[in-house]
Amino acid sequence: MKWINENLYISPINTYIDPSKPVENAIITHGHADHAKPGHKNVLATKETINIMKIRYGENCAQNFQELTLNKTLKIDDVKITFYPAGHILGSVQVLAEYKGERINFTGDYKTKKDKTCENFEPVKCHTLVTEATFGLPVFQHPNEHNEIKKLLRSLELFPKRPHLVGVYALGKAQRIIGLLRQQKYDKEIFIHGALEKLCNYYVEEKIFLGKFLKTNLKDKKEYHGEIILAPPSAIKNVWSRKFVDPIICQVSGWMSIKQRAKQNLVELPLIISDHADWNELTQYIKLTGAENVYVTHGREEAIVHWCKMNQINGLALSLSGREDEEDL
Amino acid sequence: MRSFSELINKLLLTSSRNRKVDVLCDYFKNTPDPDRGFTLAIITNSLEIKNIPISKIKEIVRETVDEELFALSYDYVGDLAETISLIWPNKENGNLPQISKMIGILKNINKNESTRKIHSFLSIANETERWALIKLISGGLRIGVSSRLAKTALAKFGEKKLDDIEKIWHGIDPPYENLFKWLCDTGPIPEIDLKNTFNPMMLANPLEDKDFINLNCNNFVAEWKWDGIRVQIIINDSNIKIFSRTGDDISLSFPEIKSLEKNMVILDGELLVGRNYIPMNFNSLQQRLNRKKVSLKHINDFPAFVKLYDILYLNNDDLREKNWEERRNLLENWYYKNKNEFFDLSKIINFNSWKNLTAIRKNEIIDEQHEGLMIKRKSSPYISGRPKGHWYKWKKDPKTVDAILMYAVRGHGKRSSYYSDFTFGLWDGNQLSPIGKAYFGFNDNELKILDKFVRNNTIKKFGPVREVEKTFVIEVAFDSVNSSTRHKSGVALRFPRIKRLREDKPTSEVIQLCEFKLEFL
Repeated sequence: MKWINENLYISPINTYIDPSKPVENAIITHGHADHAKPGHKNVLATKETINIMKIRYGENCAQNFQELTLNKTLKIDDVKITFYPAGHILGSVQVLAEYKGERINFTGDYKTKKDKTCENFEPVKCHTLVTEATFGLPVFQHPNEHNEIKKLLRSLELFPKRPHLVGVYALGKAQRIIGLLRQQKYDKEIFIHGALEKLCNYYVEEKIFLGKFLKTNLKDKKEYHGEIILAPPSAIKNVWSRKFVDPIICQVSGWMSIKQRAKQNLVELPLIISDHADWNELTQYIKLTGAENVYVTHGREEAIVHWCKMNQINGLALSLSGREDEEDL
Repeated sequence: MRSFSELINKLLLTSSRNRKVDVLCDYFKNTPDPDRGFTLAIITNSLEIKNIPISKIKEIVRETVDEELFALSYDYVGDLAETISLIWPNKENGNLPQISKMIGILKNINKNESTRKIHSFLSIANETERWALIKLISGGLRIGVSSRLAKTALAKFGEKKLDDIEKIWHGIDPPYENLFKWLCDTGPIPEIDLKNTFNPMMLANPLEDKDFINLNCNNFVAEWKWDGIRVQIIINDSNIKIFSRTGDDISLSFPEIKSLEKNMVILDGELLVGRNYIPMNFNSLQQRLNRKKVSLKHINDFPAFVKLYDILYLNNDDLREKNWEERRNLLENWYYKNKNEFFDLSKIINFNSWKNLTAIRKNEIIDEQHEGLMIKRKSSPYISGRPKGHWYKWKKDPKTVDAILMYAVRGHGKRSSYYSDFTFGLWDGNQLSPIGKAYFGFNDNELKILDKFVRNNTIKKFGPVREVEKTFVIEVAFDSVNSSTRHKSGVALRFPRIKRLREDKPTSEVIQLCEFKLEFL
């Protein structure tokens, strides 16, 4: 892949994908902080990703924004760029770049499971796949998300007095959890930490049904008996959580399949729901794309590269720096 | 296996003690015999399944999962049982046997069929069951439940006294069907074989200053609190058994201790090492602890003996209802009749006022031998547990050292949003060397200050551990120091606690590790 380097730089058009530092031209796959940084000159992204960046970093976080609709191809010089839904969060895409007949697909972060809070994932054939590998170990096999949500509801039945503090990432995970609760016919109001408010409102603007949600007010006398309160994991570890009397600490993340990890973080009710592909999704998708070359951007690169070797596919770890696991505690 | 695995999963993730008790009560209520009894045995470490080595499990996994992928996964997850439970790729329909049947199968499994059987169990199990099964086979659940906690849950479940459960506990065996009958009020309290059964000990409460005002010194006796390990000795027909305070049979570690006594007797005392009844320090005693095989050299270098404190049974008569004075007479009689090199009598200290005793504590204490004083009420019977108002321990004044805060971890339960477990260290050249950990001693206000300091001065995170800026000095109190090969600093503090915050003190005034060793070791 001579026209693209290990920093995800597309040289013929002087453009980076998800650059970790401000650049002239950036294609942004989705709005999570380790992919979308402020300060670029020109940003190409979906309408939703642009809006999310503006909500998080302000209207002027880039000089120029250019929208690209899903499945529409944009030709820049000799390079064709097409966005396909990645199914990760609202507005997330895979980026297909075509140059001189070669197709390279960047997955960004993705999941193939259905999710009512964003466009569903679409597979794309390519010669070279640049994939994430956040959960790239065979120990990660995410269970059915509806069964996980039922665990939360069962716990509410069992402990009707205790507030359920649910640790979720503010963008994507929070809204997905609210959506999943609504799918299970949970129709009470859901409380959210202030940090989640703007993004929840934005999802509603985009016609995603979240039902009634309210910001918690630390000053009122409300006791939150048996209520669901969503908050970023950092807030749960923080002084903020001291308001709640005898809470059940829940955490929603793919990492929660590891009991010791849940225990370490004092999580009493771990819910294994992830917005990333698990081992099976990662490896099946590699096969499905028909790619001869696989480059792994971030996550558990070694295992995916090893798997590629076992399956006669060229695999290489790029080990991009600056990509934190967003779901990480 | 389903309900057993869910139970231990819940216990692992529950950090509050009371909630753990509730979880266990629920389980005892909803689980039939003999399952609940076997589960109880597993939790209290009263059952061992030894005939399947963990290497066997590893071998089975290696045949099923790519070796490299397994190694990478294990490296990431860090726990063998969890790694296997998560990575296992095969599925078979069916249900695992209940825990009681499973234990029977695992105990009697023969080598030829074990691979096939375990393979099939792993495939039938769901993730949590697999995890529990491997924990069961590899021994040691490590779910943070002590047997004391399990017994507390039993008491709550059966609405019985914890003390009554303690009294029979060491005389009953899995699956404890008689115990559960009694707890459910469908049977009498189980009878136990006295000659082989540990009786829970009577323990002392710390003496507080205000206690003196209320206590009449004529009603009390005093003796040294010897710095060894508390033991209970059961002698029957020249056969001798030694139990630790928690009821572990440690007879094999001290094979030299003998008695020719034919009659049944149960004694309470302090096990020490030394010659001519003069104790060596605790460090020397530690050379003899936790050894399954004892060499002659160890016995010669650190010969063991017992300072006798009390007598519980004599000739099958339970003496525990008698008062201390009567028991002491019987103890002395027994001692003079059966005198040998392994038994010494713990001396009674004469004193005529609290002031007098205070002076004795100050002037006559031998640091190497004594942990402090014991003050016992003459009229007290021998009551298992830690009853209030009978025995007091008056420890020697703690030693203190100023140390520098190095790392912190969040606490549990009520303290889970606070950084409340602290590691502190002393200078070793111009580097800091950690010497211990403490998680109490401070008051709520001091905790808030410490917590805030940690949050605002973190320089690195290692998982849940925060390394902090090395600027905060704390005064640490501790009972004594032992040399330790397990700790990098070479010292281990006994009972360390944070006595005061010394924000005023510059870190340059904290002493060197070598100075500390010179002074205290």
